[in-house]
Amino acid sequence: MMFKKLLATSAIALAMLSSGAVQAADIKIGLVVKALGIGFFEAANEGAQEAAKELGGVKVIYTGPTSTTAEGQIEVISALIAQKVDAIAVSANDTDALVPILKKAQQRGIKVISWDSGVAKAGRQMHLNPSSNSLIGEMNIRLAADALKAGNFASGDIAILSATPTSTNQNIWIDEMKKVLPNFSQLNLVTTVYGDDLADKSYREALALFKTYPNLKVIVAPTTVGILAAAQAVKDQGLIGKVYVTGLGLPSELAGHVDSGAVHSFAIWNPIDLGYAATMIAYNLVKGEGSETKISMGRLGDAMLDENGEAAMSEPFIYDASNVHKFADIF
Amino acid sequence: MKKLYTNREALLCALIIIMALSVGAFADDFLSVGNLLSVYNDTSMLIILALGQMLVIITRCIDLSVAANLALTGMVIAMLNSSYPDFPVPLLVLLGAGLGLCMGMINGLLVWKLSIPAIVVTLGTMSIYRGVIFLLSDGAWVNAHEMSATFMQIPRATFIGIALLSWASLITIAVFYYFTRYARTGREIYAAGNSPTAAFYTGIDVGRSQFIAFSLSGLLAGLCGYLWVSRYAVAYVDVASGFELQVISACVIGGISIMGGVGTVTGCVLGAIFIGVINNALPVIGVSPFWQMAISGAVIVLAVIASSRAEQKSGRIILKQTMLATSK
Repeated sequence: MMFKKLLATSAIALAMLSSGAVQAADIKIGLVVKALGIGFFEAANEGAQEAAKELGGVKVIYTGPTSTTAEGQIEVISALIAQKVDAIAVSANDTDALVPILKKAQQRGIKVISWDSGVAKAGRQMHLNPSSNSLIGEMNIRLAADALKAGNFASGDIAILSATPTSTNQNIWIDEMKKVLPNFSQLNLVTTVYGDDLADKSYREALALFKTYPNLKVIVAPTTVGILAAAQAVKDQGLIGKVYVTGLGLPSELAGHVDSGAVHSFAIWNPIDLGYAATMIAYNLVKGEGSETKISMGRLGDAMLDENGEAAMSEPFIYDASNVHKFADIF
Repeated sequence: MKKLYTNREALLCALIIIMALSVGAFADDFLSVGNLLSVYNDTSMLIILALGQMLVIITRCIDLSVAANLALTGMVIAMLNSSYPDFPVPLLVLLGAGLGLCMGMINGLLVWKLSIPAIVVTLGTMSIYRGVIFLLSDGAWVNAHEMSATFMQIPRATFIGIALLSWASLITIAVFYYFTRYARTGREIYAAGNSPTAAFYTGIDVGRSQFIAFSLSGLLAGLCGYLWVSRYAVAYVDVASGFELQVISACVIGGISIMGGVGTVTGCVLGAIFIGVINNALPVIGVSPFWQMAISGAVIVLAVIASSRAEQKSGRIILKQTMLATSK
């Protein structure tokens, strides 16, 4: 085992030395996705190819199983190991099931990172989250401020429409929102209501908000069902231009509501950037650049790693009338 | 006995009015005509589904698959509409109702011809229908901008100031009122549920009555599939998830006996409106979401206690009467 590792590391060291001298030596990076044919991952591949072009001498092998299974990913990763790739960047279908095969890859000197959907710490060198809780919280409040500006309101009431009251990530995001709220004096958070991620209940809660808070200007819904239902309620009540809906959602789902004006802007991660960042990180690991705490992601700046080897790429990406239709075709 | 039930409905009616008035004290525009109409409109689908469910419960069965049926027809119709926006919407609605009817008939046939308990049949078909939605859609959503304008507009259009969605429920109520009181098939459904053995001896096919009840419940679920998708402007796998429980709750609160044979259209509609008022009132008065669940649950339990006690009494009375009759 030790010997193998030594051999692998020295091989990489050799490769690194030679790559400086010989330009033609390509670095091969396997980009493994949950399944082929999913718009989100096709877009991530677009970003990965962009990174490859920017770096030069890098070949990204975009691959994945045909259905979202861990077994399928294990096969694909075995094939990549046989092809002697230099790095594997994987969005995992299962946190633990991929660990043995990825350990094997690491023993062969292949750098392994996970992105989007993580692998347990033992199976990878680092994990790239699309964003972090604090960035998501801040983004939601900033979107609310933008919506206020879009309606030419100097100040106004905002309300949060969440999923279930016991949803962990929702509650963390709401806490993060409340932390940054004091910096936005024009926003007055009046209440948090729960639509349970059910279209009918979310719609009803939105109607109740209009009734109870006549000064309401923005509904922030960091959940896809909630943001859709609230936008539809705004439209049905003829409140377009008076109440704005914002939060987290997918471009394909919200394009219609951006057109109608019920939604001014919203946010979610940008899959193109995610593929780009994962490729950049994989490349830098192969090159031995970056430290235990910091790795460059090219145009996206540096990824800061925490004690678990996890990093957040960036704040969520903002979508509005200018770009929503381009992304609506992707995811 | 009849007096007891009419009393029960009057009681429920009074309870709804008291509840609405006390909410009105918190939020003054709750009692405005516009808002009451909007509450009724919001409750329309619950009323329609509860009426279908009522027939099934009266025949001593239960239909757990209504929400899944609604979601599947909704998805099929939404996908058709987004692919062929020029296909006339009224035909699409008929198609949805037909598809819902077929799914209801599958439930009915399994209960009738194979004599499988309804709870097992519909528990199975519930999962099957939800699974088929996933197979059809691949987990993708159909969203507002993919639906045609007419598709979205029909339930929102108004006739004499009332939305067509509300009209749909009003018409269903009228039809069911006639069907359960005066139509031979409707009366047979009561007979089959009240005492299957006696019904059998009078020449009523109990299985056939159950089949008809399931078919009608499916038909209405199919109709609601269109209404739901159009109202909330989105179709996805989990549409109306858990809604079957609200439908059954509406029936139970409305005094439809789970033991079969007992229940009226008035009670059923009042039960649905009761839930509708709670659903619309609690967010307005700002009750914590945990309390909302607890309150709805408590009301259901109280309703069951009330109806079980009512049935106990009626049983004793009948026994006394027969004893008196035989001793004379």
